[in-house]
Amino acid sequence: MNTELFGVISIFIVSIVLAIPLGRYIAKIYSNDKTLLDPIFNPIEKFIFKISGINATEEMNWKQHLKALLSVNMVWFFLCFFILLFQGSMPLNPDNNPSMSPDLAFNTAISFVVNCNLQHYSGESGVSYLSQMFLMFLQFVSAGVGMAAAAMVFAAMRERTTDKLGNFYNYFIKSCTRILLPLSAVVAVALLFNGTPMTFEGKDAITTLQGDSVEVSRGPAAAFIAIKHIGTNGGGFFGANSAHPLENPTYFSNAVELWAQLIIPFSMIFALGFYLKKRKFSYVIFGVMTVGFLLLVIPTVISELNGNPAIERMGITQATGAMEGKEVRFGPAVTGFWSIATTVISTGSVNSMHDSSMPVSGSMELLAMMVNAFYGGCGVGFLNFYIFIILAVFISGLMVGRTPEFLGKKIEAREVKIAAFIAILHPLLILSGTALASYFAANDTAMGYWFSGNATGWLNNPGHHGFTEMLYEYTSSAANNGSGFEGLGDNNPFWNITTGIVLLLSRFLPIIGPLAIAGLLANKKYIPESAGTLKTDTTIFGVMVFAVIAIIAALSFFPALALGPLAEYFTLK
Amino acid sequence: MTKNKSNSLFESKQVKDALVQSFVKLNPKIMFKNPVMFTVEIGTAIMFAVCIAILFGAQDQGSFIYNFIVFLILLATLLFANFAEAIAEARGKAQADSLRKTREETPARQVLSNGEIKNISSSELKKGDVFICEAGDLIATDGEIIEGLATIDESAITGESAPVIRESGGDKSSVTGGTKVLSDKIKVIVTNEPGESFLDKMIALVEGASRQKTPNEIALTILLAAFTLIFVIVCVTLKPFADYANAPITIAAFISLFVCLIPTTIGGLLSAIGIAGMDRALRANVITKSGKAVETAGDIDVLLLDKTGTITIGNRKATNFYPAKGISQEDFIKSAVLSSLADDTPEGKSIVELAGIEVAQKLSIEGATLIKFTAETRTSGVVLKDGTNIRKGAQDAAKNIALQAGNIFPEDIAERVIAISSKGGTPLVVIKNNEVQGVIELQDIIKTGMKERFDRLRKMGVKTVMVTGDNPLTAKFIAEAAGVDDFIAEAKPEDKMNYIKNEQQNGKLVAMMGDGTNDAPALAQADVGVAMNSGTQAAKEAGNMVDLDNDPTKLIEIIEIGKQLLMTRGTLTTFSIANDVAKYFAIVPALFITAIPALEGLNIMRLHSPESAILSAVIFNAIIIPILIPLALRGVDYKPIGASAILKRNLLIYGLGGLIVPFIGIKLIDLIVALFM
Repeated sequence: MNTELFGVISIFIVSIVLAIPLGRYIAKIYSNDKTLLDPIFNPIEKFIFKISGINATEEMNWKQHLKALLSVNMVWFFLCFFILLFQGSMPLNPDNNPSMSPDLAFNTAISFVVNCNLQHYSGESGVSYLSQMFLMFLQFVSAGVGMAAAAMVFAAMRERTTDKLGNFYNYFIKSCTRILLPLSAVVAVALLFNGTPMTFEGKDAITTLQGDSVEVSRGPAAAFIAIKHIGTNGGGFFGANSAHPLENPTYFSNAVELWAQLIIPFSMIFALGFYLKKRKFSYVIFGVMTVGFLLLVIPTVISELNGNPAIERMGITQATGAMEGKEVRFGPAVTGFWSIATTVISTGSVNSMHDSSMPVSGSMELLAMMVNAFYGGCGVGFLNFYIFIILAVFISGLMVGRTPEFLGKKIEAREVKIAAFIAILHPLLILSGTALASYFAANDTAMGYWFSGNATGWLNNPGHHGFTEMLYEYTSSAANNGSGFEGLGDNNPFWNITTGIVLLLSRFLPIIGPLAIAGLLANKKYIPESAGTLKTDTTIFGVMVFAVIAIIAALSFFPALALGPLAEYFTLK
Repeated sequence: MTKNKSNSLFESKQVKDALVQSFVKLNPKIMFKNPVMFTVEIGTAIMFAVCIAILFGAQDQGSFIYNFIVFLILLATLLFANFAEAIAEARGKAQADSLRKTREETPARQVLSNGEIKNISSSELKKGDVFICEAGDLIATDGEIIEGLATIDESAITGESAPVIRESGGDKSSVTGGTKVLSDKIKVIVTNEPGESFLDKMIALVEGASRQKTPNEIALTILLAAFTLIFVIVCVTLKPFADYANAPITIAAFISLFVCLIPTTIGGLLSAIGIAGMDRALRANVITKSGKAVETAGDIDVLLLDKTGTITIGNRKATNFYPAKGISQEDFIKSAVLSSLADDTPEGKSIVELAGIEVAQKLSIEGATLIKFTAETRTSGVVLKDGTNIRKGAQDAAKNIALQAGNIFPEDIAERVIAISSKGGTPLVVIKNNEVQGVIELQDIIKTGMKERFDRLRKMGVKTVMVTGDNPLTAKFIAEAAGVDDFIAEAKPEDKMNYIKNEQQNGKLVAMMGDGTNDAPALAQADVGVAMNSGTQAAKEAGNMVDLDNDPTKLIEIIEIGKQLLMTRGTLTTFSIANDVAKYFAIVPALFITAIPALEGLNIMRLHSPESAILSAVIFNAIIIPILIPLALRGVDYKPIGASAILKRNLLIYGLGGLIVPFIGIKLIDLIVALFM
């Protein structure tokens, strides 16, 4: 057990240590400072800008940023929808997988565009290699979009009274070429050497030791899996995601994939500190996030290591902890750690079945996505946290007897309005989605077109666990996470379309909100600090932000959690 | 200083008025302005309907008594919130009334355009009318003296019994309605339409008729509305969740959960806090033209203060005699006293004082010709009967006289002059028959306690700037001695204006106090301009506050009132929201325990039964409002200890307190409620 914990702790620490220099590098990129890699990337980017007719030095205001961001996303969505809808009759399909149904294509296209990757299909049989390639492309660009949005907010925080906030395409392309691509290449090579396939050939046939003939799916997996984690996407190449032996073959590959999903969210926070030249501020943010993360990880790892009390009562010893739904090559400690890492960060790739997690772990996984601001996804994690900073600044500004200011800009009614709206949106989407599904399930409604059979048919388990399955699916969608509780019958029009809508709203509104606030603040008059100004780079302000997050983000879900995993926990106890 | 302050928080008449108002304010039209409490009112109405339905035989909602009690508690919650607002208004009104008493109908003698005098009532006076007042008259309404000079008793307004002098022209020409002329006769022009004087505006503000929400209040209302909305979502979606779990929830439980979760504490107290802020300003004898001005005062970064009268006691005093080389100390003092005997300026008197009364008695200026100070000569003095010409004045003027007469300006005197200036003093050079006799040192006396006040301001983050007509050397010395951060020396009116504009350009908020007409532009430019009540009409128009006490240090108090106002809002919001944790733990297990017995594990307070848990939570939610009314009215204490330290302190008291108190409160109430169940 000590070895297992040592493994978890060392992965975590290595990620933090490496995130600091990477953060410095990212800050340089967004500041357009010189880096060692300029000779390699300058010509590539120049070429991209030239063929796409982009003037990367043109300064944009926040509205122009938003327009560019939304339009490129719309193009990708339609392109992806089209490919998935007709993949069966398009090239690069050696296994002859069929085309997707419109509702599944809708859901899949959205979920990859929005960096969620809910995947109501199985990679082996659901998509062609062409689709996989395009989905891989989306995993790059959706992460790049998030980072570009964060870069604009960085710029807005640094500038004094301006509406010139850099160029969206410049931030976006550089995020892809200079950060995502090189890191993915490193991870892909590491995975290759661990046995992950990288080929365009179709299924392979092997004969097992028992003499059975088995067909094994393969494909260009290593590259796909690298960006899946580096870009905090989580869309698996195979159905079982990172629990699949080819997708995540060894303990080492597991560690690499963990590191890969933690590294960019970590570095973005440090990058902010370097970029603003306010390193203490970024340490405070990182501290708050880490405290939140640890408060979720520790109970999870403990409850997984302790095993299931129901099994214990049967007189069965669980020397290795709760192993249901877990891979023996990873063990419960690092699996528990992964389950929180993947939900705190919006990766959503899984190396175990969360449906089989202990109730405490289930609550923590849900809470991680409900809060959705500890580390968070590529770029967007900081945007979510930014909303809570604004709210915390507002309340604590009042508490010290001064009109609230953040980095020298006054927070007024308009900013509070936007921040409050974004803060409400998350519980609204999760709770109303779950309420809709629960309503049908409670009445066991016949669903017609939406679902073949009655509503309870989509549940794999009755009672509290069934409720958690529905709650988890909407939570995962609203957090743009993409991990599944599995068990839920989700490939049908009802789930594909409702979660698709949740995905869209929960991706773009929480990007629009912070961009708007940052843009509005950047345009305001700059007020220099005085002794009466509340400093945001202090521990006490960190405590305040944490309290705001805990009360707004976590408390709204208390009744839902009580009826789901908490009820299960107390029943099991 | 002021006599019209009432120190007790609740007076029986005010409480009675407020109780009546609490019911009047249940009117949904009035309630609608406060979104948080409006939703509570809807909930109360629904509970009333549920009670009626039970009387008509509805079965599944529990007993009538239980539902009726929930209804009553919700109604009490509303009344408590209304009471908070009403009592704040009543206190403000009482304060305003005592001021208004001074301006009841008084007879006035209007001067008609043809010069005739007509007796009318004060309420008939229009803006621009002219009236006259003589000794013993009450001044009919606010105005400006256009002719004459009078001593006036302003104690009705300021509480200060010493009479003040008001005269036409100059900066002390304003008179206030309700004050009494003690001597002489003045002609006054009316400056306001009836009902539009500063005091009338202030009364309207406090009474709520024209009270507008301040920007911070609007932002906070939005945030509170958002919190309310989150809990609407939480409660509405709970219905299908509970249906799925086969855990039916009664309407009473739903509404109780909702009312407990939304921030009713701050929602109920919000307007009371705002009114109390203006009321506190009024108690400090400051009339504000809007609630926003008080709030802005809390944000002030830079404070401009006149040196004379604010930082130093009005006048300079002689502190030393320095004879020139070759002149005896005794002779020099004699000349100095002679030149000052007929000089009734404070400086002149202080020279005689310093020399001692014995010296003065021995000298006589009988038959002497007095030479008054003029701006051209910049000297004053006497020509004695025997023709001796003694002058004193600024060193350059004296030097000119000496040099023109062919005399020298002694080097030791020149050195002394510089030494005095650099110590913040003013040198006065005395010459007898065009020969330099020596130099008198005059010093400014800094008021006691100023240094501490400026330290306090510095800790609040406010930069203090002294404005003075002195030369830079003197100004620097006084600025250092008094502990101000910066100074404007040899200040002309436009210098103040430029300084303010410059600071504002850098994003600072500037406050200043002024009284003269030439202060008016700067008062208007400043973010907070406090005009003295004794000042000119122009100054009062330009500022956004008027200080009835004419106390230049009042701004410090105003800044603290502004800060208190914001802090009270912030801390009570935090308290209100932190309370939710305990309320969740009281109500959520109570909702589901019958259907899911395992959830007893969440009942960490070990409350008696689901009904008692819900009742305890709503009772706690209701009574916390009246408990906090005194705090809302008095305001949270402000201490200048730096923003982070204040945040730490308030988070501990109101955040952590808000987390823990309801756990204890709800448990205690539950113990009592359980006795009746």
